Amino acid sequence: MRRPRWWKPVANARGVPRWILLTGVGLVAFFLLLAIFAPLIAPYGFDQVTADGVRFGKQASPDAQHLFGTTVQSTDVLSRVVWGSRTAIEVVVLAVVFSLAIGVPLGLISGYVGGRLDRVLVLISDALFAFPYLLLAIVIAFLLSDTLGQGVFTAAIAITVVYIPQYFRVVRNHVISVREEPYVEAARALGAPRRTIIRKYVLSNVIQNVPPIATLNAADAILTLAALGFLGYGIQPTEAAEWGYDLQRAIDDAGAGIWWTGLFPGLAIVLLVTGFTLVGEGLNDVLNPLIRHRRIERPEIAPAGGGGALAQMADEGFGNPEVRRRE
Amino acid sequence: MNEPLLSVRGLRVWYGTEGRPVRAVDGVDFDISAGETLGLVGESGCGKSTLGRGVLGLLPESAAVEGQVRHRGRDLVGIEPRELQGMRGPELGLIFQEPMTRLDPLLSIEDHFLETLRSHEPELEKDEMRRRSIEALAGMGIPPTRFGQYPHEFSGGMRQRIMIALALVLRPSLIVADEPTTALDVIVEAQILGILADLRRNFDTALLLITHNLGIVAEACDRVAVMYAGRIVEEGTAGQVFAEPAHPYTRELLRSIISLSTSWRGLHYIPGAPPDLIDPPSGCRFHPRCPNAMRVCPERDPVPLELQGGQRVECWLHGPEEDIPAGGKEPLEREEIALAEEA
Amino acid sequence: MHRQGTSLRAYVLTRLALAIPTVLILLTMVFLLMRVAPGDPITAALGGRVSAEELERRQEAAGLDKPLIEQYVEYVGNSLTLDLGTTINDDRAVTSIIVDNGSATMELTLAAFLVAILVGVPIGLLAGRYRDTGIDISGRMFGIVVYAAPVFFTGFLAQLLFSNVLGWLPSSGRVSPVVEFELNQVTHFYLIDSIFSGSWSQFWDVLSHLILPAVTLGLLVSGVLIRLVRVNLLQTMKGDYVEAARARGVREHRVVVNHAFRNALVPVVTVAGLQFAILLGGAVLTEQTFNWPGIGAELVRYLNERDYIAVQGIITVFALAVVVVSLVIDLVNAYVDPRVRY
Repeated sequence: MRRPRWWKPVANARGVPRWILLTGVGLVAFFLLLAIFAPLIAPYGFDQVTADGVRFGKQASPDAQHLFGTTVQSTDVLSRVVWGSRTAIEVVVLAVVFSLAIGVPLGLISGYVGGRLDRVLVLISDALFAFPYLLLAIVIAFLLSDTLGQGVFTAAIAITVVYIPQYFRVVRNHVISVREEPYVEAARALGAPRRTIIRKYVLSNVIQNVPPIATLNAADAILTLAALGFLGYGIQPTEAAEWGYDLQRAIDDAGAGIWWTGLFPGLAIVLLVTGFTLVGEGLNDVLNPLIRHRRIERPEIAPAGGGGALAQMADEGFGNPEVRRRE
Repeated sequence: MNEPLLSVRGLRVWYGTEGRPVRAVDGVDFDISAGETLGLVGESGCGKSTLGRGVLGLLPESAAVEGQVRHRGRDLVGIEPRELQGMRGPELGLIFQEPMTRLDPLLSIEDHFLETLRSHEPELEKDEMRRRSIEALAGMGIPPTRFGQYPHEFSGGMRQRIMIALALVLRPSLIVADEPTTALDVIVEAQILGILADLRRNFDTALLLITHNLGIVAEACDRVAVMYAGRIVEEGTAGQVFAEPAHPYTRELLRSIISLSTSWRGLHYIPGAPPDLIDPPSGCRFHPRCPNAMRVCPERDPVPLELQGGQRVECWLHGPEEDIPAGGKEPLEREEIALAEEA
Repeated sequence: MHRQGTSLRAYVLTRLALAIPTVLILLTMVFLLMRVAPGDPITAALGGRVSAEELERRQEAAGLDKPLIEQYVEYVGNSLTLDLGTTINDDRAVTSIIVDNGSATMELTLAAFLVAILVGVPIGLLAGRYRDTGIDISGRMFGIVVYAAPVFFTGFLAQLLFSNVLGWLPSSGRVSPVVEFELNQVTHFYLIDSIFSGSWSQFWDVLSHLILPAVTLGLLVSGVLIRLVRVNLLQTMKGDYVEAARARGVREHRVVVNHAFRNALVPVVTVAGLQFAILLGGAVLTEQTFNWPGIGAELVRYLNERDYIAVQGIITVFALAVVVVSLVIDLVNAYVDPRVRY
């Protein structure tokens, strides 16, 4: 299987960008593992309040039984953090996949076909862009909650809608610049059908721009999800654990000096978002030709091989270049 | 004879790459006297731009420099960077090829001048600075009323003139002009060349004029140096080099010039492409493309010679006889240059 | 300084003209959004709590029985004249909500913006200047982590540290009740009013309440600014005019500051405007975290009460505000950068 075009610069990355990438991938992988193996890792269920018939303490500080302490609702903080990973990953994957599935094709078509369709879509996309995306997500979640209830799906859709313009715009702009390339024109002249041109030439070229954006969007998506949860428009607490919701509960605890209910979910958000961001920034550093920075060493100049006569003279002393005179 | 203003001996500039270094300038010697214009010609990629910048020390981090560049007796290679920086402006000047992007879009022309003057003569009164700047601009044909305008308000030709004025305002003794007219149209080109010609008349400035255009050289230069693959293969007065080119490469270049009398059937060109500077051809670097190549050419590096009249050349056609082994003068047998190499 | 006056004027007019379709589209979007849910807003808010006749009366008063097109036109017209209707539940004119709470949000947003610039721009410039060194890496990490931390988490930590543990600053509210009562409200910007009053204790009270929320929100945005300024600087440092300045013997320090920094910051002006949208979103969260009585807090309240009209009105104002700010930013940009004029 042929490696995608962006693989080579990534594999060859050295120095700072390499560490950025590796750290980011490491962080994301960690949370992926937490999410996948949640049932095995979390000591208790996300809304579990009793074990062996004994009710958990309320807002109990961390101890052997509850490594991260308990919340005001007597749930185990550590378990909720672990289960929260699963929620976060689920929602983000759904949202990013949906946005990509809609935004990228729209951008492709709009950019390639152009004309009135393109102009209208661009206007809409710019207007959406101008709008504070959090507010948009809130409103959509709010509206959808009546029909779809407050669950993973609703949150994912709210986030999707907000990010479609991002993909649309980037893909469209790229398509427009690629569209005028000579090899595309040549394909057209040879009679290749539009669909083929888009798929073969334009798409593959554009695709390599998408991964950095996707990761950065994933990072934003988690923040949006947490924000929705914080405001009460995210996932219902009975359905799944969600970090933002936990933080909402924790704000009241801060006044009483209870730190464990907020610190751990918050740290989880920071680490996962940082992880995605590092992957995105790392990819950007490596792939973006404008700021790519290959470290090049100054070479050693080998001793004079050609034109030795004069160079030797320069070493010995200065004066007029002594050249042989032709009779 | 007076000591030349600039003396370059054994200059090498090698660029680092991810693989082996590019030997852009590989052993170059020449002199320029005050008031003299030396034209440096060659194809794209022969290293002439690197040479120009190497003389002034304006190379990227990844470039290694070796050799001697004597300006008024002082070696610029290995000099303290701060000292060199101080010389830029009052002693050394560079005129760039592409004028459109060389001026800061946020600063007015006046700001550019004031900045340059302040960097070298901070004790000057602001009014005196303005006067000098306007004077320099006037010499270029730019009216004082436009002194406060911004770069985007000027055309390409005018921007180049502003750049020249900026380079001249401190009256440097040596100017390197790196293809100053390549990006401009012919009429503007003529104006600029006229300005450069005035330089040596009025200020005794030494000028290193880098170009690939032989016509400019013939018109504007006292002496000519022909560069190929990082080395100077021929050097002499403009009259000598154009009337009696000693090196086959120079001869071929002159024959390739298209003029009104050229018919399409008679289009002359040099087969092959400029050589790879990472791994240049052995011996004389021109031998793969030279119509007069002999057996000795790839075997040994040609020895620099001075011909009658002072013209200098390095080519086995001119000897020295005693260094050519038996049979070395036989024509070189080589394969036809494959078409693929043309690309 | 000599400027081509006509080109600036032409730019201003063109830019204003371009704002109109954007505004219309946003208004249309808000209108459609609000009507996406099945049923009507009034019933959703009050259904079951009020008699059927009352429901009908209110629906008529809100104009919900008219055909959709008419509602749309009415909505657009009203919005442009800033007549945003009355809330369903507590019969308040939406415009009064904006007025009463708007200054609080503005004060918070402006203070946060200031923090963002004061923190973000220098760090971004330093990071770009000393690329790939320890300074660069720590600057970038700071920017990344600060953006990764949600406002309510940073706020939580801030409250824990500064209010609970250290006891230096209050953890919520905009001002102490006593001071609020005493303060002579001229501009409704408490910080300015307290300066006018000349009372140090009043000023400190207002300031101490403002610090935590403003810094929390400002840090978030500074993260974005750091990244942008850094990337811009990396590009300008490679600029042709930078090389030309060096060739004229201008000192490296001057070259970097006068040419590279300045040119790097020009697009930042525009970008800063884009951050306004992020700031507004973040303001909503910050107001919840710190009990700051701004429009964001009201929005959340009305969302919870399912008061569609209030929500619609507030969102409309937000949308218009974003357009206006973006317009102002573009005009400032045109003034600063002589090239940006049609």
